[in-house]
Amino acid sequence: MNPRKDLITIESLTDEDIRTILDSTSAMKEIFTKSVKKVPALKGKSVLTLFYEPSTRTRSSFEVAANRLSADVTTFTVSTSSVVKGESVHDTIDTLMSMKMDYIIVRHKHSGIPAVIARHCKAAVINAGDGAHAHPSQAFLDAFTIKEKYGDVAGKRVVIIGDILHSRVARSTSTILRRLGAEVAYMGPGPLVPQEKFTGIPRFTNWDQVFTWKPDVIYLLRVQNERMDTPFFPRGDYHQAFGVTEERLRRIDDLNLSIMHPGPVNRGVEICDAAMDYRNCLINNQVENGIAARMSILYHLTPQTQNND
Amino acid sequence: MPTIKQAEIEQALDAWVNHLLTVTVPQATGKLAIVGLISHGDVLARRLVQKLKEADIEAEYGALDITLYRDDLAITGIRPALHSSYLPFSPDDMTLVLVDDVCFTGRTARAAMDVIFEYGRPAKVELHCLADKGGRQLPIHPDYAAFKLDSEATDKVRVRLQEIDGKEDISY
Repeated sequence: MNPRKDLITIESLTDEDIRTILDSTSAMKEIFTKSVKKVPALKGKSVLTLFYEPSTRTRSSFEVAANRLSADVTTFTVSTSSVVKGESVHDTIDTLMSMKMDYIIVRHKHSGIPAVIARHCKAAVINAGDGAHAHPSQAFLDAFTIKEKYGDVAGKRVVIIGDILHSRVARSTSTILRRLGAEVAYMGPGPLVPQEKFTGIPRFTNWDQVFTWKPDVIYLLRVQNERMDTPFFPRGDYHQAFGVTEERLRRIDDLNLSIMHPGPVNRGVEICDAAMDYRNCLINNQVENGIAARMSILYHLTPQTQNND
Repeated sequence: MPTIKQAEIEQALDAWVNHLLTVTVPQATGKLAIVGLISHGDVLARRLVQKLKEADIEAEYGALDITLYRDDLAITGIRPALHSSYLPFSPDDMTLVLVDDVCFTGRTARAAMDVIFEYGRPAKVELHCLADKGGRQLPIHPDYAAFKLDSEATDKVRVRLQEIDGKEDISY
């Protein structure tokens, strides 16, 4: 692939970029099987995780990925930083660039902040989630998990279930899967699923429609608990209407479908306890593959900080 | 541009196997493995393992992608595509023969040894290549080279093998 400094969205990548990063993910995963689970590819490089939103899984996944490539990782904790004292994002970045960071991994509640940072600095910037906009590393790990399970993404049918409208995961993952030749459909509460005329993606409102469509993968989105407190989302009602209940799990099992979820999982809301132990539940695979996919992303980006300027 | 043709390469492979049978195997400690460096060295390693099998010598086969261990990744910014390595055995206490198509600066061999030692601790490691180009930058030299090329360090050496390129020759 051609040298590329940043990863902000899936849309900004060429088909070749997507295939190269996915193919290299297999080679990265192989490193996990060695007695020394580390390679020197980014030795001497500095990686900063800059998370303005809470995250445990994505941040630790990036940190493990960077460590396995032998990079030095610095964690910028916003709650204890100058940001809470009123420092702007630009000033924070200027400060951090003076520390000669080579890679900056950013999560922010506002869409577009990682792109602004990318334009502002020579470090390679990776978007680890910006508002409801994009979450490209999640998209790569999802695509890789499906490829690993089925041999190919092309021709597979994936239904994404939940609050599609506010989900950066739904946006990025459906984009990459369609670019790779999969068919995607959405299902969820009516007001939270975009109309097909705007997305070109089939829109369902109940499980009968989902099963009739004959998907290969059921992709559940996390229901945000803060949203669950509103009258629109009573917990039990959501589970009965849109969750994988034990009854639906039996049908999913009969049809040999896979279940995916970006985590963290709300048991009893999106998914019943039994589904977590289901033979085709790929949630733990997604976590493991997330490290390999993020290693591949880090490896393939080229910071413009080679000469320490 | 001098060229070594397919028939000469086939003859050289027979001589190479003969060296393995008469020198490497008698002096080997533990089990023997032929490990090719992806991609052309890997093809040669497969051929050598097959020829050894025809001579009733069983050798393990492995393939290594050394890309992530290259010492120029941080300097050049170039990010070559990665391939899957294949080492279905522990190299502990074995004799490993690393096989590459061209031995030039010695940096690839150095990287390969770094990879191997992350899988285990072999009793012995040998470096074999199809063509020794000269121009070494590290104190690493092949234990066996099928061809010693009379070329300047800047000369390009191109190895083509049937399995990858559909043609077979060495030009330099």
